[in-house]
Amino acid sequence: MKVTKTTLLASAVAAVAGGAMAEEMTIVSWGGAYSKSQLKAYHEPYSEKTGVTILNDDSSAEAVAKLRAMNEAGNITWDVVDVVAADAIRLCDEGLAMEIDPEVHLAAAPDGTSAADDFGDMLVSECYIPTIVYSTTFGYRTDLVGDTPPTSVCAVFDTDAYPGKRALEKRPINNMEWALICDGVPKDQVYDVLETSEGQDQALAKLATIKDDVIWWSSGSDTPQLLADGEIVMGSTYNGRLFSLIEEQNQPVGMLWDAQVFDLDGFIIPAGLSEERQQRALDYIFFASDTQRLADQAKWISYGPARSSSAPLVSQHAELGIDMAPHMPTDPENAKNTFLYNFEFWADYRDDIDAKFQAWLAQ
Amino acid sequence: MAALTPISRKPLSMVLPTVAAAGGFLGMFVGAGQGSAFLGILIGAALMAGLAWVYITILDNERVARWITILGLGVIGLFFAGFTGMIVGLLAGWFFAFFIFWLYEGRYRQRLLPYLTGQQVFGHYFFRVICGAIFVFLITPILVVLPLSFNAQDFFTFTPEMLRLDPEGYSLKHYRDFFTNNEWQRSFKNSLIIAPIATVISVTLGTLAAIGLSQSHVPGRRAIMGILISPMIVPLIISATGMFFFYSDIGRFLEGTLGMDKNFVGYIKVVLAHAVLGIPFVIITVTATLVGFDQSLTRAAANMGAGPVRTFFKIQMPLILPGVISGGLFAFITSFDEVVVVLFVGSASQKTLPWQMFTGLREQISPTILAVATILVVISIALLATVELLRRRSERLRGLSPA
Repeated sequence: MKVTKTTLLASAVAAVAGGAMAEEMTIVSWGGAYSKSQLKAYHEPYSEKTGVTILNDDSSAEAVAKLRAMNEAGNITWDVVDVVAADAIRLCDEGLAMEIDPEVHLAAAPDGTSAADDFGDMLVSECYIPTIVYSTTFGYRTDLVGDTPPTSVCAVFDTDAYPGKRALEKRPINNMEWALICDGVPKDQVYDVLETSEGQDQALAKLATIKDDVIWWSSGSDTPQLLADGEIVMGSTYNGRLFSLIEEQNQPVGMLWDAQVFDLDGFIIPAGLSEERQQRALDYIFFASDTQRLADQAKWISYGPARSSSAPLVSQHAELGIDMAPHMPTDPENAKNTFLYNFEFWADYRDDIDAKFQAWLAQ
Repeated sequence: MAALTPISRKPLSMVLPTVAAAGGFLGMFVGAGQGSAFLGILIGAALMAGLAWVYITILDNERVARWITILGLGVIGLFFAGFTGMIVGLLAGWFFAFFIFWLYEGRYRQRLLPYLTGQQVFGHYFFRVICGAIFVFLITPILVVLPLSFNAQDFFTFTPEMLRLDPEGYSLKHYRDFFTNNEWQRSFKNSLIIAPIATVISVTLGTLAAIGLSQSHVPGRRAIMGILISPMIVPLIISATGMFFFYSDIGRFLEGTLGMDKNFVGYIKVVLAHAVLGIPFVIITVTATLVGFDQSLTRAAANMGAGPVRTFFKIQMPLILPGVISGGLFAFITSFDEVVVVLFVGSASQKTLPWQMFTGLREQISPTILAVATILVVISIALLATVELLRRRSERLRGLSPA
């Protein structure tokens, strides 16, 4: 009896330990449809090619805090982390992400253009490998706006023409810019105005005109849910979420591309990995960020590839069979009036304006 | 129950305001759904008081009045809110037809003691209404989840098709997703590995600790008890942060010095952390059972030559088993439900079901979570029912009447 028990236990231990001996890496991302697009475009082909098992950890939202804690505890369990550009800049400044040399670590374009030129302006930090361009923009209920669907972002501030609740993100970024634009500030002067205390007050005063009608969201899934429920007439969220809402879920929702704000999302590799894990992470990045892979991701979600050489390869949606190009935020038709998120400005002013914004919210 | 008190008809001055209040209460919810709660209160109160007045003074025929109310409110509901509105209307009609005559004929006193004052009668029914309200508040959030998990859309919304009870609006796709999606299956498997092992550890250690601490000669037993129970008292997020750093060091030792596999160490860390959280529950329940345990039984066993181990398994254990089992159940549920500690201590390969639900809820509101919740509710009910049946069976076998 005793022998059997011990053998059983030993074999159970061996099974758990042995089963995990295969090569494995943990990739952190945002979850939902976005993780699925990465799974289809990057993870599955990579696993097939190399035999490495990829584990998903949907923790990108708290990536900065967790990486800091892991670094402090000396126990980094992540191999590749998907973050937005602003987080990548912070992590790089704090030495939590490893520096990447585009010429060495990233693949050149098929026509021989070097990776640095192919990504161009998108390489906003030495540690960052951007993969997609996404935008934060507005969706509206087509059945609640009457015969005149909104064409300008200022419809958000026009509660007479478009009565009802609107959803805005619970942070100053983007909201302050939109408020100033709709208060008559020319687009190229927005950040100059926002630098000053009066300019910030001006933006908050404009937001105050609709404060009673705003539902503040904090997760990218809130606005689609509210739009599907018909609780709001319009709301801001990431364009990929709206695409999924309109084309995949067939909800009566329209896109308002005006004054969409571009941002980047992509990979970093945590600093301080063991040699073996770092090599594996670099190998994965080299594969996942090449021209064809970035174009493949656009088959699954409507975010634009960060490489210019990938754009012509963007084809149709893998399941719906519709052309993806017109749904890309970078499509010329959609990008007539766009706004580039100013990383440097927000890196410098974020803490101050955040505090002011939160105080204003609580009033 | 037979009638206790002879009844008599009540004056309109008492019936009408009560019916109006009930009507206003219902009207408030209906009105809030249609846009104006205040208007709803007014219309509900006026409508019900009017009906009551007509029935009592003009119609005075309970059967006819009942059918008029049920059908009338059903048609109104159908007109305003379709099929579900009709069901709500029919139910409301049935209730008010009963309620008006129940009050007017004085039937509410029928089963109460004859000498109760009006205030006491009111108190009696008020207490029941409050109890009912508490029950509704406890159970509705769970019940709402069940139909939504069969939603054909990917949102937490009752679609018009669902409200019409159209089969098109319902689907099993979220259940299919749960059973076919790798991420859900992996986390389900992890939960099934981690929770039972953590439970076994906490039950063993917790029972031993409770027995030791129940001996009067143990020095400083109150202080020891306090320390052992502290994981239950300290806010979870604080424990989790501490555990993160503590287990990181242990993990480094196990991996680096002993050369154990990374994933295996990950499981050890989460299991130990969950066992620590479960131990206080076991200690508390077992200590409570030990209060009623007669120590002279162990002395009698020793007197007959049984060693302490044999005494424990043959004498003490069977008697305190109910406490051990309920402590074990709590420990199991603690581990099975736990999300904060596993987010800190575990890594992606130890992702448990609550972790998957938590991230799923934050990044993408997918009704798969509701399907999982429904499955878990069904499992918990089955589990608790089984334990209760077994307990009754063992009590019956031992000749006790079930409590």
